[in-house]
Amino acid sequence: MKVLKSIRILEDKCVGCQACLDACPYNALYMQGKKVKIDYDKCVLCGACISKCKFEAIEILKEAGFESVVPLKEAKGVWVLAEQKNNKVQPVSYELLNKGRELADELRVDLTAVLLGSAVKEEAQRLIHRGADKVIVVEDTILNHYQSGPYSAVITEVIKKYKPEIILAGATTIGRSLVPRLAIKLNTGLTADCTALEIDKKSKLLLQTRPAFGGNIMATIMCQKHRPQMATVRHKVFTEAKEDENRKGEIIEEKVSSELLNTDVILKDIVEEIEETINITEADIIVAAGRGIASKENLTLVEELAKVLNGAIGASRSIVDAGWVPYSHQVGQTGRTVCPKLYIACGISGQIQHLVGMQSSDVIIAINKDPDAPIFKVANYGVVGDLFKIIPALIKYIQFSRK
Amino acid sequence: MLNIVVCVKQVPDTTDVRIDPKTNTLIREGVESIMNPFDMYAVEEALRVKEKHEGKVTVISMGPPQAESVLREAISMGVDEGVLLSDRAFAGSDTWATSYTLAKGIQSIGQFDIIICGKQAADGDTAQVGPGIAVHLNIPQITYVKKVENIENGNITVERLIEEGYEIIEASLPCLMTVVKEINEPRIPSLKGMMRSKKAEIKAISAADLDVKSEYLGLDGSPTQVVKIFSPPVRQKGEMFTGEVSDIVEKLSNVIKEIK
Repeated sequence: MKVLKSIRILEDKCVGCQACLDACPYNALYMQGKKVKIDYDKCVLCGACISKCKFEAIEILKEAGFESVVPLKEAKGVWVLAEQKNNKVQPVSYELLNKGRELADELRVDLTAVLLGSAVKEEAQRLIHRGADKVIVVEDTILNHYQSGPYSAVITEVIKKYKPEIILAGATTIGRSLVPRLAIKLNTGLTADCTALEIDKKSKLLLQTRPAFGGNIMATIMCQKHRPQMATVRHKVFTEAKEDENRKGEIIEEKVSSELLNTDVILKDIVEEIEETINITEADIIVAAGRGIASKENLTLVEELAKVLNGAIGASRSIVDAGWVPYSHQVGQTGRTVCPKLYIACGISGQIQHLVGMQSSDVIIAINKDPDAPIFKVANYGVVGDLFKIIPALIKYIQFSRK
Repeated sequence: MLNIVVCVKQVPDTTDVRIDPKTNTLIREGVESIMNPFDMYAVEEALRVKEKHEGKVTVISMGPPQAESVLREAISMGVDEGVLLSDRAFAGSDTWATSYTLAKGIQSIGQFDIIICGKQAADGDTAQVGPGIAVHLNIPQITYVKKVENIENGNITVERLIEEGYEIIEASLPCLMTVVKEINEPRIPSLKGMMRSKKAEIKAISAADLDVKSEYLGLDGSPTQVVKIFSPPVRQKGEMFTGEVSDIVEKLSNVIKEIK
């Protein structure tokens, strides 16, 4: 049977140390005498045990069942799929260029950005200033706003033509709708939401590290036999590439056939909800409120603090469910994941579902009256106290110190 | 009469899975398997569409035999039928092989008008399988749907959540959509539903039942491979500010100043 040969214990190498037993998320390994055995009904071939065995006694035999559209041996170069809205390049693209530059330098290859839009040539120049050697530009009125059909068709076509080895894209609503399509069309692998990317010294392949199980576990993933190796990265995971207006590069205008621009859905309207000007996933500072603010009226306190700090408003699930704050502000597992420079949690107890959405913030301040609140476990600075006293005083202090 | 298919996944309750920082091994004690929380919204939306337009809701999952329990849970909420794609040949699937297998499984059930998925699974968080199924089936895809406005004359109009607000999108059926939490409040199963779910027959489908190529399945059909797992860096125990409000405020203000 095919599966039985996919994973096996090399009995001559297994010393029975049992390190692999604890590594298995599925309880699929057990001891029989002094050797480890595999319960094939439980094993899902996740590979978690492999790296835990110091004796190289577990083997996964994996064959590339199919080949990628881009031939393995021909793939070369690092690409960043730049993102634009209203023909303005989004900050996440500059963050990706920073990391992309680093990867390209290590591999000694070009860094290329791809930009689709209706009038984006000027913006293409900015991508060069931020580190791209080349920018492939495709312009058409259809491409003005992201649409899954034409965007994935056009980008698939340019990938087939130029054959990059690595592609980075933002883990935004655009990236997460677009790149999975590319992966299927191109018969290649994709790792979502990477928090670290580096080139493996030996194989020169991309090591893609990401959180799994709601952030409680980190996994490093490789795409060994298929190209391009593709990864999406959230906002603020990497810092923006610095702008250098003297940087020179090449802008390649790519013409694509009109049938690629056919769309199978109609974008009828875009409704902007301007309750506040700052999008929480892009905010440098977030002031977030939880049950501890006690009533909807008290939200003004948090809003005022956000205003003096020029920050955005975040919220725990409970106050969103209570209808005090719109869902677009919800931070956590069923809301948004944020990583601002500063996160101020006001009256948030810190349920794990909330923590997974904000624990990668640079600095976390927590204000809560309960000294045992789990939020203090992730906070860099904690205040056990009455937020109705502390926040107004803090607002006054900041306003005063600016005068 | 609409045929609606909902894709669901059984996941470990993620709040329970963690790595022991001392031994660097997974703690599995008492980890329960649940229906992926995002899929509850997909099931609920399918039921609402059915109630409004008439039709049939089929729930499908790929997983080990015990994943049957999430299909029964969906049936207890009111879903008509459960289908489990289960075979050792599917083991080791990444999102490529998973979306291929689910697409083939959906085709094997018969006619479909709307496929609904949760926006992502809570264990992997990839959000890749929904779009993957849409590409394999070559049907329109609409991600992050927060409201179904209208279904008529073979077209669906929805609101799609984006960072700045939402888009209004129209697509022709059949299509695939992934839904966000904002779309609805999942119902609690009725007693009758729970009774029915216990007796309901779950249709089991193996690789041999599907029109699939074995090289696209399981480990071999998966371009990506996990090479290492480890626990995330532990945050240093934070500093607690105590004393008079004025002292606390001054210290907080200093922290904030350094950031700006």
